[in-house]
Amino acid sequence: MVYLQLFLSFLKVGMFSIGGGYAAMPLIQSEVVSGHGWLSMGEFTDLITIAEMTPGPIAVNSATFVGIRIAGVPGAVAATFGCIFPSCIIVSLLAFIYYKYKNMSALQGILQSLRPAVVALIAGAGISLLRTVAVGEEALLPENVNWLGIVLFAAAFFVLRKWKWNPILVMFLCGIVNLGIHVISGAV
Amino acid sequence: MEDSRKGKTLVQLFLSTLYISAFTFGGGFVIITFMKRKFVDELHWIDENEMLDLAALAQSSPGAIAVNAAILVGWRVAGFAGMVTAVVGTILPPMLILTVISFFYQAFAANPYVALLLKGMQAGVVAVILDVVWGLGGKVVKERSLFLCVVMAAAFVATAVFRVNVILIILAAAAVGMLRALWLRRRVAS
Repeated sequence: MVYLQLFLSFLKVGMFSIGGGYAAMPLIQSEVVSGHGWLSMGEFTDLITIAEMTPGPIAVNSATFVGIRIAGVPGAVAATFGCIFPSCIIVSLLAFIYYKYKNMSALQGILQSLRPAVVALIAGAGISLLRTVAVGEEALLPENVNWLGIVLFAAAFFVLRKWKWNPILVMFLCGIVNLGIHVISGAV
Repeated sequence: MEDSRKGKTLVQLFLSTLYISAFTFGGGFVIITFMKRKFVDELHWIDENEMLDLAALAQSSPGAIAVNAAILVGWRVAGFAGMVTAVVGTILPPMLILTVISFFYQAFAANPYVALLLKGMQAGVVAVILDVVWGLGGKVVKERSLFLCVVMAAAFVATAVFRVNVILIILAAAAVGMLRALWLRRRVAS
């Protein structure tokens, strides 16, 4: 029952990703790549790249993308519904509590220690993506390393940190430089 | 009369969330700014302080911030029907865009030029993610709390070295946070 599996997988993503944006990424990776093997690490990296370029939350983008690849449009609907369903219930409950008591300090206590853990999880997912850029699906050996990818990563990281360049622009530049170098060197 | 006014509100809510969602790049925090501009400054449906509280709620609840904010604004403006309307308006644009992209992805990724472009962009996206991590991690360190740093280090080792399930790590961090909050409260009380 693939629709149910998609629904349940993205239900977990929706239920346990707290803090928005990239917080969903390690969960999606754990469900979609390590858990069900629906995407390879390379496809997952493409998905994150696409999600970054298009509007909308990463979780919704991923649910649609994975759902369609696995089970067509109904799969996309099942996965997307799964990822928003926990929000609809939990946020509605919290809204009810908020309007009744106007007090959120208990919630803030838990969130305080959740935040560093979420940062660590995003770092973990980021590092496995970096590994994919460096050696693809191969073993981590010097002869497998894509040095141009590493240089692009380092340059992009530098301009983002130091000069706060626009992330979408930086991504496009990395793509164009990679394509340009391969075309000029006659690799294509 | 009442019905037609509610219908009109729902249509306006749907079109507003659809528009905001379709044109907002850059994640949840950005979308909240746009929602504030639309629902507070333009339509005057919600006052500014309430919007700030709703934003805090949206950020601290599980799930995508944009969807959470839509749920809250929808409830506030038109009850349950409003919530459903706002959520559908918010998820429709990314669903349609990703549907089109997924259908073309296979052909796209097989093209050698597009593959090289994507490959280069992957290096860029990893830099974007690790840049965000650097910023967020720096903020945690700046709080000068040994507890928060230990949580961060432990979670990192658990995920990157021992490959512990992500959900377990989140539950453990929440449990530790709750115990610490209880302990701090008892210490203050005694």
